[in-house]
Amino acid sequence: MSALVLDHVVKRFGALRAADDVSLAIEDKELHAIIGPNGAGKTTLIGLVTGELVPNGGRISMQGQDITDWTVPRRAQAGLARSFQITRLCEGFSAEDNVALAVQAKLGHSFRFLRNARKEPALREPARAALQRVDLLDRADRLVGELSHGEKRQLELAIALASEPRLLLLDEPMAGMGQEESQRMVALLAGLKGKITIVLIEHDMDAVFSLADRISVLVAGRVIKTGPAEAVRSDAAVRSAYLGGEA
Amino acid sequence: MTDRWKLLRSILIVAAAVALIALPFVAAMLGSTYAITLATRLLIYAMVATGLNLILGYGGLVSFGHAAYFGLGGYTVAILAFHLGEGTSILGFPGTNEALVAWPLAMVVSGLAALVFGALSLRTSGVYFIMITLAFAQMTYYVFVALKYYGGDDGLSLARRNTLGGARIVDAQTFYFVCLALLALVIGVVQRMTVSRFGMVLSGARADERRMMAIGYSPYRYRLTAFVIAGMTAGLGGALWANLARFVSPDMMAWTKSGDFLAMAILGGLTSIAGPVIGAAAFILIESTLSGLTEYWQVIFGPIVVAVALFAPRGLWGMLAGKQER
Ligand SMILES: Nc1ncnc2c1ncn2[C@@H]1O[C@H](COP(=O)(O)OP(=O)(O)OP(=O)(O)O)[C@@H](O)[C@H]1O
Ligand SMILES: [Mg+2]
Repeated sequence: MSALVLDHVVKRFGALRAADDVSLAIEDKELHAIIGPNGAGKTTLIGLVTGELVPNGGRISMQGQDITDWTVPRRAQAGLARSFQITRLCEGFSAEDNVALAVQAKLGHSFRFLRNARKEPALREPARAALQRVDLLDRADRLVGELSHGEKRQLELAIALASEPRLLLLDEPMAGMGQEESQRMVALLAGLKGKITIVLIEHDMDAVFSLADRISVLVAGRVIKTGPAEAVRSDAAVRSAYLGGEA
Repeated sequence: MTDRWKLLRSILIVAAAVALIALPFVAAMLGSTYAITLATRLLIYAMVATGLNLILGYGGLVSFGHAAYFGLGGYTVAILAFHLGEGTSILGFPGTNEALVAWPLAMVVSGLAALVFGALSLRTSGVYFIMITLAFAQMTYYVFVALKYYGGDDGLSLARRNTLGGARIVDAQTFYFVCLALLALVIGVVQRMTVSRFGMVLSGARADERRMMAIGYSPYRYRLTAFVIAGMTAGLGGALWANLARFVSPDMMAWTKSGDFLAMAILGGLTSIAGPVIGAAAFILIESTLSGLTEYWQVIFGPIVVAVALFAPRGLWGMLAGKQER
């Protein structure tokens, strides 16, 4: 069964079709990259899958279950995690707090009023483990505002991992990262590959071709090609639409 | 948090506690009942502001109708006393003058109102939320203006102060300590809440709602719970106020009163536990000083609040705490 299926999904912003009849099946445990020029509709697609955007048409299902009408938190509770293209973190909280919140979300309701959540090992230990995975443990106590751009990207990933997702949507996780940081992120994703289903949106083609099992190419809201990395790289239509002379 | 700041904070808190406990004795020595009354008002305001701060400071929700819950709490006490005096019943129940019945009931009434108003208001956000909470409070205000049976515009007087478990709390000093104990309890509970799982979700949703939803939270339920808790706290404050003034009127629910509570919370500093107490103290000080000078004291008070909001966004406590406090 596919991990995620988009079935003739349409999203319009006024006259603009940001998702134009998108049909896509992401297989279980595959690392599926989505590439496409700026404004192609990649982030829109993530918004549709997470539920932040309501489609104008089509259905979306996860593990065979129709989730089109589910709310954002319900989809998250069902195992969907995402990172934001433009970092979204809880300012004023430490890095560890941010991750602990994701852990807490998985442990049922939060109507617990009297125990100090910052001293609950059930929250803090998994949070620290997730920070360790992204190599950010030494910054655990830092407030979000004190972190560098690259560290914030790592923290985004730690938050997503802390919720132990079945399906991970990453929106340009390497955007704005330095060479070294990018390489570390690629290594990290390589380590996750095969363990959970990952949808990766990324402009860094070296990263995409080294990581992806399959690639979909999105242009003006339409999927013009889906296939194994090699097939996409050599596809003429893709080259002219997006890759240009670069590939 | 540095050790120096921790020490300073402990000293300040102990000093404040000692001052609050010593105050009625000093006032008695000086023979000033006015000072005790003023200090009791401070305690009640601090309690309401502490509850409000849970939604305003931690939840990031600007409720401009908090006086409604304050007033409802006050009216609950007054109406129960009124029926006791008349020898009539209300909804099949006799009136009472017993605090152990009236005060929890005041909290329930205010909490229920907060549940209904909050459930509707929290569907909106930003300016709309401010306006709709204000609208509900105004609605409540006019209901009580129209309720001629309970005095309408003129309000209701209480013949006597409530008894507490049968004991009299008429004495200004005794009542002060009852209020102080309840304030300590409210502060203690709210303080624990703010760092609990519940508090983390509430604050997280203020910091970034989309992020919180993306990791699986529905902020609405948590905000509504906080809104009800804040409403209940205001209800208890109103019940105490009715006992202090031995009088309630729709003025308790006026929008200016809601503004006063907001001002206290903002003055003292949001997202701190000490803030609302300091804010209430500052408010009482400024009010009693300025209102002696001019009846238009709010013309001066308003700009002070704005200045604090602009130049010391973390309030008076934040100024004391410097950069240390989270
Ligand atoms: N909320 C919105 N309202 C109106 N138009 C929108 C909205 N969100 C996106 N768009 C438009 O939809 C198109 C697709 O945007 P989207 O952000 O999905 O592109 P993208 O592929 O993620 O681009 P990038 O590589 O720059 O991140 C763009 O033309 C964008 O301007
Ligand atoms: Mg994008």
